[in-house]
Amino acid sequence: MVNSAYMKSISQIIYIENGLYKQCMQTVTLIPGDGIGPEISSAVMKIFEAAKAPIRWEERNVTAIKGPGGRWMIPPDAKESMDRSKIGLKGPLKTPIAAGHPSMNLLLRKTFDLYANVRPCVSIEGYKTPYTDVNLVTIRENTEGEYSGIEHVIVDGVVQSIKLITEDASRRIAEYAFEYARNNQRTSVTAVHKANIMRMSDGLFLRKCREVAENYKDIKFTEMYLDTVCLNMVQDPTQFDVLVMPNLYGDILSDLCAGLIGGLGVTPSGNIGANGVAIFESVHGTAPDIAGLDMANPTALLLSAVMMLRHMGLHDYGNKIQTACFDTIRDKKVLTKDLGGNSKCSEFTAEICRRIQDMA
Amino acid sequence: MIIQGPHETCFHLSPPARADATFRVTMVPGDGVGPELMTAVKEVFKAGDVPVEFEEFHLSEVQNMASEEKLDQVLTSMKTNKVAMKGKIHTPMEFKGELASYEMRLRRKLDLFANVVHVNSLPGYSTRHNNLDLVIIREQTEGEYSSLEHESVTGVIECLKIITREKSRRIAKFAFDYATKKGRNKVTAVHKANIMKLADGLFLQSCAEIAQLYPKIQYENIIIDNCCMQLVQNPYQFDVLVMPNLYGNIIDNLAAGLVGGAGVVPGESYSAEYAVFETGARHPFAQAVGRNIANPTAMLLSASNMLRHLNLEYHSNMVSDAVKRVIKQGKVRTRDLGGYSTTSDFVRAVVENLRHRPAN
Repeated sequence: MVNSAYMKSISQIIYIENGLYKQCMQTVTLIPGDGIGPEISSAVMKIFEAAKAPIRWEERNVTAIKGPGGRWMIPPDAKESMDRSKIGLKGPLKTPIAAGHPSMNLLLRKTFDLYANVRPCVSIEGYKTPYTDVNLVTIRENTEGEYSGIEHVIVDGVVQSIKLITEDASRRIAEYAFEYARNNQRTSVTAVHKANIMRMSDGLFLRKCREVAENYKDIKFTEMYLDTVCLNMVQDPTQFDVLVMPNLYGDILSDLCAGLIGGLGVTPSGNIGANGVAIFESVHGTAPDIAGLDMANPTALLLSAVMMLRHMGLHDYGNKIQTACFDTIRDKKVLTKDLGGNSKCSEFTAEICRRIQDMA
Repeated sequence: MIIQGPHETCFHLSPPARADATFRVTMVPGDGVGPELMTAVKEVFKAGDVPVEFEEFHLSEVQNMASEEKLDQVLTSMKTNKVAMKGKIHTPMEFKGELASYEMRLRRKLDLFANVVHVNSLPGYSTRHNNLDLVIIREQTEGEYSSLEHESVTGVIECLKIITREKSRRIAKFAFDYATKKGRNKVTAVHKANIMKLADGLFLQSCAEIAQLYPKIQYENIIIDNCCMQLVQNPYQFDVLVMPNLYGNIIDNLAAGLVGGAGVVPGESYSAEYAVFETGARHPFAQAVGRNIANPTAMLLSASNMLRHLNLEYHSNMVSDAVKRVIKQGKVRTRDLGGYSTTSDFVRAVVENLRHRPAN
């Protein structure tokens, strides 16, 4: 994910190396997560240390607790830390199927109003998949849509699930998509919908996208049905650039695109919220079967951390770490099991650290 | 077209067509390239002396041919003949009063609850994944396509997704029965029950209940986003897939893209009494109208499946063998498969191959 133009566009923080006063440390809330989460988080911390990035980590746990009034919420110290630092890095969290409390990811989303999920999918040189030259970004509305969690049993054997689409949320995500396209020198935004079937709900989403597109005449705006996108995506993914869509379609398409470049183990992801909050995360599962065995692949969390650095304006560090990571993968000498090698997580991490130190 | 020479063209070395009464089949060409594809089917059937007579109805929502009487005529015809061939009836995005499109209403009135799409790699045409053999079974009367939408407050639209135990059980039973009949080993249910706990939870539960009645068939389940990712990375792990409406739409198109696009995948819809044969990925493909570039493979293979359904085994094999031979030879290929031939060229090639069958 080399957005060299992004580098030029953000000019606020200019870091001058060698001798001059180092930028003051920025705090980032780190949520290690479950399963392999702690291992890959410590791998990322080690790599950041090797790169001497000015990041101070504040570790927090976000297991749901029942607050006053019986509503589930995240622990107050975690919330306070995020509100202060505004930037978070999260490892994988367990989502139990049919458990008592809502999924932690959903809870985080609601607490910080993380309305946009951004997943850039770029083919990794050195990790071959049948699809080459993939370079697209999926932007998914993350607060409403099919995942409102509003379900009822009408009579025994009939269940109704409500999909909610609002004007405000649709407008907000469309604006974010176009802003992102403009800031990252992207040429086109495609709205993905199923307005031929869900005429009112997706129709509203589409109308808002069209309205917002009027204000961004420099970006090409197209609309495409979800099934057509799927059909074309697996045949020729190079025809897509930025895709914006409601919640469920975004979930499916972003995972589809992750599959094109090699899976969730190498895909970064960022969640943007209102009030400047941004949480970057690795989207793979907790992999309980390999937890604690030093076999995990930290690439996804590392690339998300790189995305975070770019968001914070620390492009130099971001590029350094990303180059080291990609070079290691391209070399193929030290790779974790899921990438086709048989090295340990710690060896992979050490190799990246070595490359960073050689670069400095 | 068959050109009779001065002497008898004795291309029927094999037994001639039966002298029984011909079968009557309803034909609804639909919109877009539907009429062109139907013409292809009629030409091939005529050349092969297939004892099928078509009753045509031109029903369309976008071409000013929409009327309740036409819809009723089509329904009566279908109920009499019990077998139909259909193109895609395009759904316009603006709706006048009724939220359900003609396609949905046809499906509901005839209770065509099961949509079966055969995803088979074509011999001679290689894609990124070869030798695929999947069957995708989709519930197509309820779920997200219930057409129940309303604006509860200005700017907030609710769309209801309905899942019932009865229909979930019915589609699950259909899937397992199909798997048993065709000698398949595994049925995988696709869902999103970790988020839509009640709705997809009910679907999953119904599938699990029915699975217990078929101990010989392996039953698994997978979450939709993981399923999409696995389909692009390793589609060979799947055999028969069963799922509710929207996911079916997505996976149909995804899988069609894996083997060559919307032009090569046949599909059919079943109810307890009727069978409708159409393409797998249903798109009107309006850009190709009149340009003679559409690929009739999907429709021809579907027509062949229809002949098998009518117990015209010989003619069914004749048509499908001819189509597959043309594709394998690779000389005549339509644009979507990378060639330059027109629809009529392809049909001509198929007709040629019908006549010159190797005696076996």
